[in-house]
Amino acid sequence: MSFPDPIAVFRTEAAELLEQVESGLLDLNHDLSDKEQVDAVFRGLHTLKGSGAMFGFEALAAFTHHCETAFDQVRKGIVPATHDLVTAVLGATDHMRALIEVPGGDHDAASETLLTRLRAAVAAAGHPAGAAPQAAAATPAAPVETASSAAAGQSGQKSGIVTYKIRFSLPQNAMANGTNPIGLLDELAELGTATIRADLSRIPAIDDLIATDLYVCWEVELSTDKPRDAIDDVFIFVMDEMQLEVTVVEPQGTTAEPPAPQATPAPVAAAAPAAPVAPSTQSTSAAAVAAAPAAAPAAPAASGRGAAQADAKQQKAAENVRVPAERLDELMDRVGELVIAQSRLSQLAGVSGDLMLRAVSEDVERLSGELRDTMMVLRMVPVAQLFGRFRRLVHDLAIETGKAIELVTEGETTEVDKSVIERLADPLVHLVRNSCDHGLESADERRAAGKSPTGRIFLSARQQAGEVIITIKDDGRGINRERVRAKAESSGLIAANASLSDQDLLQLIFQPGFSTAQQVTNLSGRGVGMDVVKRTIDALRGTINVVSRPGEGSEISLAIPLTLAIIDGLLVRVGSGRYVIPLSAVEECLELSVEEDMRSRGRSFISLRDSLVPFIRLRDLFRTGTKPDPFQKVVVISTGAERVGLVVDQIIGDHQTVIKAMSKLHHDVVTFSGATILGDGGVALILDVAHLVAAGQQQEAHLRAAG
Amino acid sequence: MSARILTVDDSASIRLTTRVALSNAGYAITEAVDGLDGLSKLKGGQYDLVVTDLNMPNMDGLTMIRELRKIPSCMGVPVIFLTTESDNELKQQAKSAGATGWLTKPFDPESLVKIVKKVLGR
Repeated sequence: MSFPDPIAVFRTEAAELLEQVESGLLDLNHDLSDKEQVDAVFRGLHTLKGSGAMFGFEALAAFTHHCETAFDQVRKGIVPATHDLVTAVLGATDHMRALIEVPGGDHDAASETLLTRLRAAVAAAGHPAGAAPQAAAATPAAPVETASSAAAGQSGQKSGIVTYKIRFSLPQNAMANGTNPIGLLDELAELGTATIRADLSRIPAIDDLIATDLYVCWEVELSTDKPRDAIDDVFIFVMDEMQLEVTVVEPQGTTAEPPAPQATPAPVAAAAPAAPVAPSTQSTSAAAVAAAPAAAPAAPAASGRGAAQADAKQQKAAENVRVPAERLDELMDRVGELVIAQSRLSQLAGVSGDLMLRAVSEDVERLSGELRDTMMVLRMVPVAQLFGRFRRLVHDLAIETGKAIELVTEGETTEVDKSVIERLADPLVHLVRNSCDHGLESADERRAAGKSPTGRIFLSARQQAGEVIITIKDDGRGINRERVRAKAESSGLIAANASLSDQDLLQLIFQPGFSTAQQVTNLSGRGVGMDVVKRTIDALRGTINVVSRPGEGSEISLAIPLTLAIIDGLLVRVGSGRYVIPLSAVEECLELSVEEDMRSRGRSFISLRDSLVPFIRLRDLFRTGTKPDPFQKVVVISTGAERVGLVVDQIIGDHQTVIKAMSKLHHDVVTFSGATILGDGGVALILDVAHLVAAGQQQEAHLRAAG
Repeated sequence: MSARILTVDDSASIRLTTRVALSNAGYAITEAVDGLDGLSKLKGGQYDLVVTDLNMPNMDGLTMIRELRKIPSCMGVPVIFLTTESDNELKQQAKSAGATGWLTKPFDPESLVKIVKKVLGR
């Protein structure tokens, strides 16, 4: 049987625990009296500490121990939860992450700073002397050490064989609680040579006998070379409740200790370990089994309700299986190959005309289609995962900027392909930062403007057709158009006094190098600009839409395809090459009439229901060098409000496309976003819609300017 | 037939470690993610031993031990609880709730197996 790597499991688990702790802390910050969150935070820290120590993350365990102690005190009502304490522990969670990522790193200084802060917070919260974390700090490695020191302590006397007389009685409920007296006797016997006698004098009359109780005492004479501690170790779990007398019998037999006064009546004696004892104990346990049904009626009544709850909870737990992301990716790859192989099979079957082959091919087609659909669903994860991080981010930003900020999220159950989620994280962080930093005004400014002093950031997700729309909205000051224009003019992005639509003006913020100097602060301007956001979204084949009203705030919407792995595409032919256009971007297909073709020469516009749409002749773009087909087709594609027509030779039809990334060598090729393998084994390139639309619009602007 | 052990822990990594150690020692392992889950598994099947954590969401180990001692079929089934040094108070509570033995976290797989053998007697 093979098992996953426990350390890897721990890391995943620790990340989840830290997220859980963080979210608990943030909730707690809202409502300091939230007992449930205190418990949750404590449990998270506790598990993190325990597991951390298990897997060699000692520094993490020692550090987390202090936070756990602090929360234990909160939990027990010794220290009240305060904002300072919550903030201190929140800061500590980042450090815990670092301790997990680089366990061997030099974290001492950072640890000390954070612990000082934590102690101060605990002390300020009114803990008597604030001593607990301090005291605990003295023995950070304690849990790790104790395990081994117990073993070390026993190496005292080791010379020769000593005979002990051991007399013990176990707690009366020992067997009901799972202690097995025979096991203990066996263990004693294993230490050396033992003579065991059972004392049955305490067994009551049958009517008074409680079958599950233990009435037998034992006397063992044990000759062993093991230290005295070894005997205690046998009884370690029952030590506190039992009676145990251990006396040393002198080797010569001239014992100082007289034989036990209560001279054993009806002694069951034997030299062989434990054997004779068995009958008596066995009869007891047999009785125990017999008695069990009698005890039964009482129990179910007590635990009935608990059981129903347990069933419901357990069902929930059983519904989820955790799978490492890379296994899903592997599976996705295989499914992709299968889909490709299947379409080759369909083609062969279509040509051959063998009915049996066709039937099989249709079955395979149906099955692989279903498999692909199931696969897609498997890869979907709720955006809650992503939004969860922003609570922390906004909390930190509020502290850094000194603004009061509230984060409102919506549509957290909306699901998106996991690879999309991962790639959305950075752009969203940037956008949320921007909103907090540039968008929202200070509390005073807001009051002066007649707004509530607390700024609000809305983060929402919703699904719309094949896309997920993620919106970041703030109720701040809005984008300052004059400043954007001034900056764009001064950096040469637009000509002075150029006439621009409002949307075009706002889109300027996504231009590389566009960052107004006044705006660069600690928070923004960290090398990631809006241009990087734009590029990431483009790479995801998504679009960005900006709406901003002065004094009312800004809204940035990202429309992202639900998955990156498979798209519905329109397969077209240009010259002798085949290309895929993502179907989500296709608005309509029409024929380019000869007149229209002639008329548009050199101008490249077609009139489409009273509006002029620029078009690009892909034959020219790709320099096919072949003769154009007599009836050219136009595929009108759009991103948001902008449209552009692509002239192709032939529209082949719908095509489910498994996307293969292009190699690094093709990194600079902007016209294509990927490639796919067709049913006949040929390769088709996938057109990058965003890029083509932008090119078309530029062409339009150019022609307008010229003409 | 090898002894059947139910492990109850909310930490996936600890569950994995106990599973690895105990399966390698030849025991049959079932896992539960918290006390509630553990209890319902105990009601649904026969186990020779239970290894449980104490601090868990939904139902902690202490409550689970108390509840399981009320289940007739769990009469005499040994329960080992995993505890940390700081849980000393809890240790007493767990014992009076009906636990059989304990193991201090962090533990190594050998000591777990040793204690399981001790308590099971096999």
